[in-house]
Amino acid sequence: MAEATIFANQTQTLEPFKGVKKVTIEEYFSSGHRTCQGCESALVMKLMVKAAGPRTIVLGSTGCMYVANTTYYSTPWVVPWMHTQLGSSGSAALGTAAGLKALMKKGKMKAEPINVIAFCGDGGGADMGLGAISATLTHKEYNSLILLYDNESYANTDIQLSGLTPYGAHTTFSPPGTVKRIIHTRWKKNVAGMLAAGHPECRYVATVCASYAVEMMNRVRKALTIPGPTFIHSLDPCPKGWDYDPMLSHELGELAIETGIFPLYEVEDGVVKYYGKTKAIVDGRKRKPVREYLLKQGRFAHFTEEDLAYFQAKVDEMWEKWEMPGVVAFRKQPGAVPSVN
Amino acid sequence: MAVATRPAPAAAVLEEKEMLISGSEAVAEALTLADIDVVTAYPIRPYDTVMQAIAKKIANGKLVAEYIVAEGEHSQFEIVKHASTVGARVFCGSSGVGWMYAMEAITVTPALRVPMIALVGNRALDDPGAFGVEHNDALSVRDLGWLLCWIDTSQEAFDTTLIAYRVAEDRRIFLPIAISADGAFLTHSQSLTRVPPKEWVDTFLPPYRRGDLLLHPDNPITVAPQVNEDWVIEIRRQNNAATERAYTVIEEAYADFRRIFGRGPENPWFEEYMTEDAEIILMGMGTLSLPVKVAIRKMREDGKKVGLIRLRWFRPFPHEQLTRALRRAKAIGVIDRDYSFGSPFGSGVVATEVRAALYNAEHRPPLIGFICGLGGREVTLEDVYKLTDICYAAAKAGRAERGTYWLGVRE
Repeated sequence: MAEATIFANQTQTLEPFKGVKKVTIEEYFSSGHRTCQGCESALVMKLMVKAAGPRTIVLGSTGCMYVANTTYYSTPWVVPWMHTQLGSSGSAALGTAAGLKALMKKGKMKAEPINVIAFCGDGGGADMGLGAISATLTHKEYNSLILLYDNESYANTDIQLSGLTPYGAHTTFSPPGTVKRIIHTRWKKNVAGMLAAGHPECRYVATVCASYAVEMMNRVRKALTIPGPTFIHSLDPCPKGWDYDPMLSHELGELAIETGIFPLYEVEDGVVKYYGKTKAIVDGRKRKPVREYLLKQGRFAHFTEEDLAYFQAKVDEMWEKWEMPGVVAFRKQPGAVPSVN
Repeated sequence: MAVATRPAPAAAVLEEKEMLISGSEAVAEALTLADIDVVTAYPIRPYDTVMQAIAKKIANGKLVAEYIVAEGEHSQFEIVKHASTVGARVFCGSSGVGWMYAMEAITVTPALRVPMIALVGNRALDDPGAFGVEHNDALSVRDLGWLLCWIDTSQEAFDTTLIAYRVAEDRRIFLPIAISADGAFLTHSQSLTRVPPKEWVDTFLPPYRRGDLLLHPDNPITVAPQVNEDWVIEIRRQNNAATERAYTVIEEAYADFRRIFGRGPENPWFEEYMTEDAEIILMGMGTLSLPVKVAIRKMREDGKKVGLIRLRWFRPFPHEQLTRALRRAKAIGVIDRDYSFGSPFGSGVVATEVRAALYNAEHRPPLIGFICGLGGREVTLEDVYKLTDICYAAAKAGRAERGTYWLGVRE
């Protein structure tokens, strides 16, 4: 039993993949799903569990990755998988990890590190389930990863706006009309920044994009290696919800980063580190104009020059006026000493 | 079951000890002996006393379990639901609107065949705010696949907790069970309780084994995929079949409990008090039995033949056993500590169920519903005399003048 106790907060050793050729060939999210052509969220599922490996339990809260993936008789999941309620990714991760820990600690089960990953969509993660995720990130003695796959809408119920839908986007709950062109006037929540800032004992929070597959998988591996609860926010282009040609999914992911709309960073033990193209932007590389990203998508087809200018100004504000671009949204005090980053 | 063939432990070696504890503390004693693995807490009166008792057990090293204070009842129930799927024995609970806040998680628990045990410290539903007992919170799971029972004393709280795990974790059942305890009257009131040694409990209660339903990398199953119209009716019927099997499994569990602990009721379904020769049979659930029993003893002195049936199990509903027990009654008075607005005859839930249970019976005496003691208001002896008189009048007339009476209401 003493030996079992050692395992209680131990995680697996998962070395980062050094280059795409070093990535393991085994698939744990395989055929049998029915996601749309060009679905980046399905790619995220595949890369996430490939990075995690076979000693993993995946919990999926309600969302398109439940409805489109897991149809009775045709599951794509090679590892154990279980559905959880829309607002319960946090509770599912916590409960599963607590159950495993209790049984291993008491010698009722073979002690070994088992990855617990719970995923949620932007609706389940940023709207309904935010409280449960927040709570889970305070329970440092239970190892789990919560992955928020953000396709910026409730995508399995006909594309309705969520707390992470961008300003002005055309969804079935925010259709442009003759009197009101913009129905959805709210700005996207800063979920990863909020969770990183508000949970001092959560040791790892990151943003990822599957357009950069190896980097994304290595963030998942790091999150699973660090003890305690961790959180990853992934931006997933969605051909159906965003209304573009499926061949553009990868390109749109890159554009979201290159325009600076979705910065890539990781917060490890409180230290913020930008990576990939975002790091280049932080180091002085010019951001692409947001119109290149927005105008490739039908959901912004009703945008006028004025709307594009507003969107660009909001993104500029994040990069020029925030304490840390994309992370800490407090305004810098004019004339104050530079912030510590 | 293998456990049924084991010999009973020698009573001479180990003995039960007697403790003066509340209903909530009795549940906590049982949970300690059942060696639960994961427990989640969130404050709401009056059920929270059980969590306070468990927290103390864990703090003092009497129980080794993961004790998680959640950020709301929904999470509380989801956390233990998931802990149970990896093989942990779990416990949870709530009261009143807290129970209702968890309702989505409560709904999916029986559908996932998770054998968790929950304590409902019965409490009125807001608004307006009230801490006192009403049964509507627990009755809200009536149609969801939970097995549902009511307890009356600390002893019954202790015994029923062990029996509940035994029944819920039986592979023929695999359903959650809600144990209802009248808020304050039972959760907070102490009575003498016999607590058996751990060895006896281990003989009665085998370890929880999830078998091929276990969520583990060595058993890579997919749980709760989308089935839509292709399969859901079959799955619902399987749930129903498990509930039907509970009639047998509950009787087996009580028989084994009596064999091992040397006490416990012959009839798991309900307690009968002075019903052998009763003309009027009163019915109810929970701690209501105390004033009713006192009133019956007084009325017996006046030559009135009145008896009481106190229901223990509400789901599954013991309709056959009740039909037999009510065979000789000239009138039945059902006292509901709940309400069902707009129901047939404006009755409470129990009265409606008993009426339905008797529909095919050969002998169908007049049945009158009484809504009584809502929000924790005292059910007085006068109330019981009054409703008995109404029952006598119905017995004499051969029919009930009204379906339902509200008693003790300020006009």
